[in-house]
Amino acid sequence: MTDTATEDFVETVEALPLDAWHRAKGGRMVEFAGYHMPIQYEGIMAEHLWTREHAGLFDVSHMGQLVFTGEEVAEALEMLLPADIKGLGEGRQRYSLLLADNGGILDDLMVTRLPAASPFDAEGGYYMVVNGATKWDDIAHLREHLDDDITLSHLYEQALLALQGPEAVTALARLAPGVEALTFMTAGAFTIAGIDCWVSRSGYTGEDGFEISVPAEDAEKLADALCAESEVKPIGLGARDSLRLEAGLPLYGHDLDPETTPVAAALGFALSKRRREEGGFPGHDRIMLERENGPILKRVMLVVEGRQPVREGAAVLDGEGSEVGRVTSGGYSPSLGKAIAMAYVPAASAAPGASITLNQRGKIFTGIVTPMPLVPHRYHRKGA
Amino acid sequence: MGTVYFSKDHEWISVEGTAATVGITDYAQAQLGDIVFAEVPAAGTKVEKGKEAAVVESVKAASDVYAPVSGEVTEGNAALTDDPSLVNTAPEGDGWFFKLTLSDPSELDGLMDEAAYKAFVDSI
Repeated sequence: MTDTATEDFVETVEALPLDAWHRAKGGRMVEFAGYHMPIQYEGIMAEHLWTREHAGLFDVSHMGQLVFTGEEVAEALEMLLPADIKGLGEGRQRYSLLLADNGGILDDLMVTRLPAASPFDAEGGYYMVVNGATKWDDIAHLREHLDDDITLSHLYEQALLALQGPEAVTALARLAPGVEALTFMTAGAFTIAGIDCWVSRSGYTGEDGFEISVPAEDAEKLADALCAESEVKPIGLGARDSLRLEAGLPLYGHDLDPETTPVAAALGFALSKRRREEGGFPGHDRIMLERENGPILKRVMLVVEGRQPVREGAAVLDGEGSEVGRVTSGGYSPSLGKAIAMAYVPAASAAPGASITLNQRGKIFTGIVTPMPLVPHRYHRKGA
Repeated sequence: MGTVYFSKDHEWISVEGTAATVGITDYAQAQLGDIVFAEVPAAGTKVEKGKEAAVVESVKAASDVYAPVSGEVTEGNAALTDDPSLVNTAPEGDGWFFKLTLSDPSELDGLMDEAAYKAFVDSI
């Protein structure tokens, strides 16, 4: 490729509200989803282990925060998502999938029913967080498919911070008493360091923790207040990736894409019982057939023998050496001290203990199917 | 320790006569981050200047280590197999990758000395 070939197509990399804050904290910035973001501060391994033991602060402001309001907004969202949206109580959050007509996954997301008290002033509406790399496509898809009487607001002036780890609740409750009463997948309005925030007890590390929506102009103040707590350190994207991989959580654009379906992706829990029975979401017939008959390929976790990581793009081979699947994420697990991977393998080889042959740049590796997650989830569930 | 030269690919090579030791620089290990795997060439392997000679993997990515000069490997650093983090903690010491016998010492002329390498890194 020559320089002239790239000049015609210059993508702008944008700065997020905490850009200067990350740089001042020693964050090494990389481009991700069209933004400058910190890949690491002191080092991925140390940041990963700190989060598993204490609390890590992640800037996830690249993600899309959307609010939906209007008459019959729940019914409208149910046309596009396989979740029971109508049955979602106020302040309740659910994981769901934006599906194409053929049942392929366009994005994975979190959706919450808003109560009267929220910074978004949208009682009866829904708050949704979608992936950063897909948010513009999601918004276009949603606008195209939702009735005109549904209002979709993109909260581009809100930053999003995640506080994750076993000590997250201790640190946050000191600043926002009462936040400890939230349980996994519930949300509410809280004032933190004098700032009106929207807080959910959820995350992407497998640990207990919170995700906090904050006005962009107050993001630095909030980040400073959180990092002033002795349990909290800023954590980069590198550890975010290794943490979610150990926790068995898929990353859109890698482990999920329009070619994968909820059943193949082992995300059957995202298909609510009422919706499975009633249908009315994109790809229902295909997805139900796959659920009944089993998918051709299935997403699994592998522990790879030897120390060398097997990464995204490595082939899954059958007994004859033909490619029958693919590694979609892979790396090193700091918690286990082993190479681990997420892969799509033939359903017949997807049971725990199955031995999977992998080919990475001509070198053969063996992966053992291991139950997800590799590091147990430690969510703060209701009644736990 | 003999005379030390540096490559633009961030390898160092310490030379005494026709015997040399190769590793990656402190700058390179800092860029890579936590090293979790290293594969070094076996004794007898012929390496060629500018070609892949070893593999190093951090938590986030795999990278090749290039031979700064051509020659025949006399020893790979077995310690890196058990403790690849030596590349982080002692990149220009115990974290060396391989030793070799130079096949063409004149290739050293194309490498940088320490001052030139430092200026090169500062310019990145």
